Amino acid sequence: MNEGMSSAMSMIRNMMLAAVLMTSVALPAWAASETDYKTALAAAESAEKEAAQLRNKWTTTEAQLKAARKAAGAGDFDAATASAKEAEALAKASIFQATSEKQRWKDMEIR
Amino acid sequence: MASTIRVRATANGDTTEVQALIQHPMDSGFVKNAQGQIIPPHFIQQLTFEHSGKTVFLANWGAAVSKDPYVKFSFKGANKGDELKISWVDNKGTTDTTTAKIQ
Amino acid sequence: MRLQTILRTSLPLAFAALSAAALACVAASAIAAPDKVDPMADGKAFRKYFTDKFPKVKLEEFVNGPYSMNEGLRKQWEEKEQFPPYEFALEAGKEMFSTPFKNGKTYADCFPNGGIGIRQNYPYFDEKEGKVVTLELALNRCREANGEAPYSYVKDEMASLTAYMAFTSRGKPMDIKIPNDPRALEAYENGKRYFYTRRGQLNFSCATCHVQSPGEHIRAEVLAPALGILNAMPIYRSEWASMGTISRRFTSCNSQTRAVPLEPQSDEYRDVEYFLSYVANGLPIAGPGARP
Repeated sequence: MNEGMSSAMSMIRNMMLAAVLMTSVALPAWAASETDYKTALAAAESAEKEAAQLRNKWTTTEAQLKAARKAAGAGDFDAATASAKEAEALAKASIFQATSEKQRWKDMEIR
Repeated sequence: MASTIRVRATANGDTTEVQALIQHPMDSGFVKNAQGQIIPPHFIQQLTFEHSGKTVFLANWGAAVSKDPYVKFSFKGANKGDELKISWVDNKGTTDTTTAKIQ
Repeated sequence: MRLQTILRTSLPLAFAALSAAALACVAASAIAAPDKVDPMADGKAFRKYFTDKFPKVKLEEFVNGPYSMNEGLRKQWEEKEQFPPYEFALEAGKEMFSTPFKNGKTYADCFPNGGIGIRQNYPYFDEKEGKVVTLELALNRCREANGEAPYSYVKDEMASLTAYMAFTSRGKPMDIKIPNDPRALEAYENGKRYFYTRRGQLNFSCATCHVQSPGEHIRAEVLAPALGILNAMPIYRSEWASMGTISRRFTSCNSQTRAVPLEPQSDEYRDVEYFLSYVANGLPIAGPGARP
């Protein structure tokens, strides 16, 4: 391989890497099984429960959980696992928001 | 039963300004209820304002007019104390009518 | 990935918030001790922030929300007020209010002054219960105490009833009291904290729109200033093609920022209503209102 080709290859590789990272969920290279889905769902539900205790659930988290269960019901465990992982990420973000806002709210306050 | 039509007509020189607020669901027939069923179309099809037996304002409405429609218009040729007759008919054949004195 | 996106979008907002807060600090020429609860000072600073930001708007005009911010909208609203869209709900509310319960008693029996001209005193801090009590809550408690089923807090009958009660108080200055009770101060502070806390995936706090951006557009809507924002409630919203209560607005604002709404009349909502009403003390009741 000459220089031009290898730089082109690395560019393509970088683009592919970026494309993979762009998807907010890391999909396994193999098809997701029901066990993968159940594990992902449990993690998502546990995080959402914590968000609920903080009184800070997001509608989009709930939508992803619903989508995950629906896809699993239809036997599509790839989609179900992806949605469950997305839900977990959203739930965790909402927990982060609630926790950091405990101090950050003062930045907004009119004094 | 109370009238569905609230109207106020004010004479200003030779021009009379009319405002009316009509209570009506004006369901378009495109909206679903909470159970996912279509709410059947139920809307005013014709609205008429008459003065001295002549129609001064005629509206032919359809699904695009929203709930509890409000109308405002002006016309010439009426005097204070004259009567204005308002009536409407909807797609179910229901009607209502009222008269108002021009102030 | 999501977290980074949130932080990326919240950072410019955070900077804006910090600079707004810094400006407010400079304008007020006081560095507030962050841990001392002083509602009177808060109210003063709140009013000053808005009157400084909008020097041409008279203090009592802020209760008209977007109409105090936009001349074109205001003209349309003034015309519509000759024949207001809340008229039907108001009439229904008046009739409901005077109709006795099955046991013969009426709403008048539950409220001071027979329920007439008292809306400006709500919400109040109930020292027996140790919580904030809103008008909507008091109405449903009145119903249940007299063997009637409670109404939905969000619209229809509750909106009609509160429309009528607000109407009997039109023009009266908002008059919310915070008794010398640490629980009342805590409820007030809770409400203030709720108001300024970001929530939902869109990471907005109430302040993001109503303190940072009043008079500006969010999509097709002109944002109302937070000062006096509850004074015109309940409102007929053209968007809803119906009446809505304070509960309706709180829950819908939550879902619009992609936050799962709390139950109507949750502690947080009662407390934020307490805070917002208190800082609007002195501004006139303008309900029932009409909004786009």
